[in-house]
Amino acid sequence: MEAALFYSFSIIAVAGALGVLLNVRNSINAALSLVVTMLALAVLFIMLNAEFIGVLQVMVYAGAIVVLFLFVVMLLNLRGGSMGAESQPVLKAVGALIVTAVSVKLALLLQLAPRPWPEISEEYGSVAQMGQVLYTDYLLAVQAAGVLLLAGIVGAVIMAKRSID
Amino acid sequence: MTVGTVAIILFIFAVLAMGFMPIMTWVERKQSALMQDRVGANRADILGVRIIGLIHPITDAIKMITKEDFIPTGAHRFLHTICPLIAFTPALAAFAVIPYGGQYSAWGAEWSLVAADVDYGVLFVFAIGSIAAYGSILAGWAGNNNWGMLGSMRVSAQMISYEVAMGVSVVGLFMVFGTVRLTDMGIAQQETFRLLGFLEHFGWLGPGNWVVDHITLPMWGIVVQPLAFFMFLAALLAENKRPPFDTPEGESELVAGYFIEYSGMKFGLYTAGELLEVVVIAGLMTAMFLGGWSLPWISDEELKYGIGLLLGPNMGNVIAMVIHVGVFFGKLLALIFFQMLIRWSLPRFRYDQVMNLGWKILLPLSLANIVVTGLVMLLIKEVTG
Repeated sequence: MEAALFYSFSIIAVAGALGVLLNVRNSINAALSLVVTMLALAVLFIMLNAEFIGVLQVMVYAGAIVVLFLFVVMLLNLRGGSMGAESQPVLKAVGALIVTAVSVKLALLLQLAPRPWPEISEEYGSVAQMGQVLYTDYLLAVQAAGVLLLAGIVGAVIMAKRSID
Repeated sequence: MTVGTVAIILFIFAVLAMGFMPIMTWVERKQSALMQDRVGANRADILGVRIIGLIHPITDAIKMITKEDFIPTGAHRFLHTICPLIAFTPALAAFAVIPYGGQYSAWGAEWSLVAADVDYGVLFVFAIGSIAAYGSILAGWAGNNNWGMLGSMRVSAQMISYEVAMGVSVVGLFMVFGTVRLTDMGIAQQETFRLLGFLEHFGWLGPGNWVVDHITLPMWGIVVQPLAFFMFLAALLAENKRPPFDTPEGESELVAGYFIEYSGMKFGLYTAGELLEVVVIAGLMTAMFLGGWSLPWISDEELKYGIGLLLGPNMGNVIAMVIHVGVFFGKLLALIFFQMLIRWSLPRFRYDQVMNLGWKILLPLSLANIVVTGLVMLLIKEVTG
């Protein structure tokens, strides 16, 4: 049962990711493929007991970020082949290089990981546990991320204000 | 996946889809008639039987199903077809985590009256609600209609704006109850606190004062977080896109807004989805702010024990369950009535007013609410030790 769920949602996630890459002509289709990937990933997170991360995945990525993508695409009315027509070989090569390097690194890390996988408790990844870890062990990182986000918001407001003035 | 869980899921589907949805259209018509001093829908009949207009939902359904299902030229066929489903399904799914009763055991069987008692309860509703936004945002685009596009633009801006306020406004409630699991919130709300307890803690009155001990309030969300109640309700109403927050569909300017190109049952799904969201909002508000399934001042255990003294523990549990489900749906109906009252009382907000309310009033107030809640909680901890 678990394996069947895992493989079906993995296939959906990969198919969605391919959809993002292959839909260069239609940016709305690409954005929606991204949503499919995000939802499938959320299911995988929940299957791994990381329920809080799974729900956040849906809320933040599917619920907010891709909605903003759609908003921008619709606002600028990017219908048809007005995007992605020109090819950028240098960027593509750099992208391929980065993807390969990260994949190799991940594969190596997985090879080095101790087998069998350690047992984890049912509570692992719950909202309470996540909060405990974030606000004790990683408090500084959380605060730093908060300041960064605030800086981003202030920057966006200043830029929007300038274009209005 | 036990038989009990399946039974609960079937119950939710039966009550919501078969019961609430048709009746909600009737409630809306009759309540608006009541408020406008009219008689309201009462003409449809089966062999002369009219039962105060309750036949109308059936005729609605027949009309919707038999109408032509029209897809305009230049529309995105797949998205156009799937959008009503994306908008409708989350409302149904959200009810999975809302508890309409506590835990009961009788004759060796255990019942827990919630389909999915998950750790991330409220967050699930937020997540599934953010998926529902796609059904509205894409509908206008997929129909290839300019009015629809304008409606979609407005709906995406409105839903993103109010999702922020919606999430932040209830953080204070999470802090007070220390959980986001809706069943735990229901249990936490059965407790009471002494309204004048501070007199004793500051040493102004000796311990054991009769008045101090007997003036108590239930720990309902609306009592401990009154500001959050109204802010959360406002944010949810804006997410629902019904009047007064219906700029995305504004009939007088955008004809019907984002679902302008829909006909037949697809149009019906949008209407039904909005009405079902009214029920979900009422259920969520009940579970979070109005004490859920419990009666005020009487905890689950006391009620079960009290009835158990008269009729034995098994019957005590069963009767307590019936009372609790009744109490939950009573509160739910009261909140549905309140939402309809708002819908028929206020005129539509202008688009800039909607944005101002979300970003300049609700968001700063909810952030202030978090700070004040934290300070008060620290103070209480300091004083009571």
